[in-house]
Amino acid sequence: MTRAMKRFINNPIVKMVAQRLAIGIGTLLVISGLIFVGVEALPGDLAEAVLGQNALPETVAAFRAELKLDLPAHIRYVTWLGEVVRGDFGNSLASGKPIADLIGWRFKNTLFLAGTTALVAVPLALFLGMLAALYRDSWLDKLLSISTLTAISFPEFFVAYILITLFSVKLALFPSISSITRDMPLLVKLHTITLPCITLTLVVLAHMMRMTRAAIINVMDLPFIEMARLKGISKRRIIFNHALPNALAPIINVIALNLAYLVVGVVVVEVVFVYPGLGQLLVDSVSKRDLPVVQASGLIFAITYVGLNLTADVLAMVSNPRLRHPQ
Amino acid sequence: MKQIMNILKRMPPSALFGLFVIVLNLGVFFLAPAIAPYGETEVVGDVWLPMSPDFFLGTDHIGRDMLTRLIYGARNTIGVALLITFIAFISGTLLGLAAATLKGWVDQILGRLVDIVMAFPPLIFALMVLSVMGTSVTVLVVVLSLLDCTRVFRLVRAVAMDVEVMPYVEAARLRGEGFWWVMRREILPNTLPPLIAEFGMRFCFVFLFISALSFLGLGFQPPAADWGSMVRENAGAITFGIPAALWPASVIAMLTIGVNLVVDWMLNMQGKSAH
Repeated sequence: MTRAMKRFINNPIVKMVAQRLAIGIGTLLVISGLIFVGVEALPGDLAEAVLGQNALPETVAAFRAELKLDLPAHIRYVTWLGEVVRGDFGNSLASGKPIADLIGWRFKNTLFLAGTTALVAVPLALFLGMLAALYRDSWLDKLLSISTLTAISFPEFFVAYILITLFSVKLALFPSISSITRDMPLLVKLHTITLPCITLTLVVLAHMMRMTRAAIINVMDLPFIEMARLKGISKRRIIFNHALPNALAPIINVIALNLAYLVVGVVVVEVVFVYPGLGQLLVDSVSKRDLPVVQASGLIFAITYVGLNLTADVLAMVSNPRLRHPQ
Repeated sequence: MKQIMNILKRMPPSALFGLFVIVLNLGVFFLAPAIAPYGETEVVGDVWLPMSPDFFLGTDHIGRDMLTRLIYGARNTIGVALLITFIAFISGTLLGLAAATLKGWVDQILGRLVDIVMAFPPLIFALMVLSVMGTSVTVLVVVLSLLDCTRVFRLVRAVAMDVEVMPYVEAARLRGEGFWWVMRREILPNTLPPLIAEFGMRFCFVFLFISALSFLGLGFQPPAADWGSMVRENAGAITFGIPAALWPASVIAMLTIGVNLVVDWMLNMQGKSAH
């Protein structure tokens, strides 16, 4: 038992994963600190910024007491962090409602949109990427390469408005505003989010495809693939037994990175389609300067982003054949 | 001159098209007041007029000439994007070279700082800073240069690290040249080629980023003409079949495609010459 434990601990992969996890948690702590300090660094202080310069001293004092602004900063940071971990983000300045209630449903909506997009975009991107890599330099590859370059250059709102002009103004197939409600059945919801979903798919598809193609081509150029080819192994076996296991790590990385990008990239698309998601809330709160809401939603976005990047790295380590079988 | 003609002749059509778009935009950028038919904020007609000989691309949501706004928008949008990219490049290159030349704790500290900034999703980072500092072009320039500078730093450091181990750098060190000389005269010239392509890519990133922020209403503030905010202002008309918002959006897309095509060509050239 102890020997197995020792082997487990000494396994380089376990060590690396543990290290990466520790770095991830460290990053999150630093980010939470920065978010906290950022609001702290406001010229004047939060009370004056919200209530205005000529508020009565008593009102300012009451406001400060309510937000516990009279305690020293490091104590407030620790209590704030403790409350955040328990899911309590305080109250919104604009509406006075608890932020957790505002955010919960919207975050679910954002995840719903990003998740649906991922289900469409990831398989499609992998398929097209492999196709482009297998038929490298053919007309298909060139066509895909030019269209992805164009897609990368398009701002999200341009794609979105073209789709709206086409599918909702000219053809009247899908709504141009994706305001979903709590009690919509799933199919109606899916129909409502079709256009934002296509927009996001087009945006991440290009990136994912290009990176998948590059990852496979990289592996296909390595000496051991040439060796396999010289030995006369069938093309299918070369791809599935030799190339794919070694291209898996970069491909998984590509997927996770793009998922991270998706969760953050929804912001603009949500605003275009007036979709009730977290991104929309964040943008609204930034223009209203509702700082607690900005803090909370920024933190949630950051956690999702860091978490997905972390997953990408860990999966890349675990799926690397050279690391999995140590000498 | 002859050399330039030669390069132009050997360029693929896609890169030539990209170059044409860039030159066209730069021309508009410099000549804006001379070629614009009306004034930047001048109200010239009714709201959302269709295309006509008087108003080449129609009018916008408060009756200003669309073409004029687009031309002046080139000034603001491209100008600020270029400024940010330059600042990011100069600071990123300096810091990257310093990290590669000095190594040790300078490299460690800069590296960790960059890691932290890059761990933030860029858009969220920018939104949070803007919410604290308020929305103004100055804040925009500072935030975006900082975000972009980290990416330039990574690249420059990586390239410079490879150059730094070259014998001629060691020779210069043994000759007794100081840190500044080694950095400027030995390492910098040899890191430039990949940096030029990177400049194009960073410009695209900044340019799209500013447009997105302006589109969200957090970038340029009215009445300044800017392509991103023009999309936002005219977006409401889309559902009535009025394409006003598509003009600025397609101009943004066009310039980005142009730059990307040229960058792609440059990267291909470098890939070929490396083999």
